Amino acid sequence: MKFSVKVTLKTDVLDPQGKVVQQTLYNMGMDTLRTLRQGKYFEIEINENNEAKAKNKIEEMCKKLLVNLIIENFEISRI
Amino acid sequence: MNSTVIVFPGSNCDRDIAVALEKLNFSNKMVWHKETDLPRSDLIVVPGGFSYGDYLRAGAIAGKSNIINEVIKHANDGCLILGICNGFQILTETGLLKGALLRNKNLKFLGKDIYVKTINTENQFCNKYKKDEVLKLNIAHNEGNYFTSKDHLKELEDKNLIPFKYCDKNGNINEEYNPNGSINNIAGIFNNKKNILGLMPHPERMVDQIISNNDGVNLFKSLLD
Repeated sequence: MKFSVKVTLKTDVLDPQGKVVQQTLYNMGMDTLRTLRQGKYFEIEINENNEAKAKNKIEEMCKKLLVNLIIENFEISRI
Repeated sequence: MNSTVIVFPGSNCDRDIAVALEKLNFSNKMVWHKETDLPRSDLIVVPGGFSYGDYLRAGAIAGKSNIINEVIKHANDGCLILGICNGFQILTETGLLKGALLRNKNLKFLGKDIYVKTINTENQFCNKYKKDEVLKLNIAHNEGNYFTSKDHLKELEDKNLIPFKYCDKNGNINEEYNPNGSINNIAGIFNNKKNILGLMPHPERMVDQIISNNDGVNLFKSLLD
C-alpha cells in the first residue's frame, strides 16, 4: 500500500526559502502571484493490507520522525 | 569532573570541545553514537557539526540514534547536558529542550564572531560570569533561528531560562544585532530544571587567547564549581 505525506510549515512560522522563491517568480513577471510557501513531500510504501492500520503506521512515522510538530503540519493521502 | 562528548557521523566540533574540556582539567571521554552505554559522566556534551548531513531536519536523525536514549535517561536523572550548535538542534529534536531551530532569516550560512549578553548567571553553566557581561563568541550555522510557541516564550522569559541573548558590542539587545532572526534575540536556553543548556554560539572556540579570546572559559569553569 502506498501513501504520500505532505509536510508544510505552520502558518505562523516564517518561510524564508518560500519568500525568496516567491520574489524570484514575481521578478520573472508572474505578477498575479500572491503567496507561496515551500514544503516537503514523501512517498511511502508499506507492507500492510488494512488501510486504517497502514494509515496509523504512517501517522506514527510522521509524529516520531518525519515531522517536527512544533513547526510543521502534515497530511497523509493514499496513492 | 567527568565529561563525555557524543560523536555522530558529521560532528565536526567534537575534538574542539574535547581540547577545551581537557585544557580545563575535565576528565573527558568520546562516545560514538552507536554505543548503548555511557561512561560515568557529570557532564554530557552534544557537539556542533552537521550530524547525518543535516538530512530531513538539522539534528533530526541524530535525535533518534542509539546513544541519545541514554543521554535522555541521564538528563532526566539530573546530569548536566550541554548542546552546542548542532548539539542544540539535536536536543530540541529529542524534546529535551522545547522549540525548534529554523533556517536563518537571511538564508545565509553564518560563520562569524558575534556578541551575546549574559542574562542569567545563577545556574551551573554561567555562575563564573557577571550578569549583563558582553561576550564575544563565534557562530557557524545555517539553522540558528530559534522559534517556539508564545506560551513557551513567556515561560522562558518569566522563569529566567534564557542565559544568553545576541547583542551589540555594548550590550544593546536589538533586531539589528540579531544575526539569525531568533525570537527575542535568544542565543541559548535552559530546560526548567536548568541542567540542560542548548546554545548556538561556540564557547569552546573561545578558550585560548592566542587563537581567539577567553570569553568561553568561564562557562567551563562554572561547570567545575
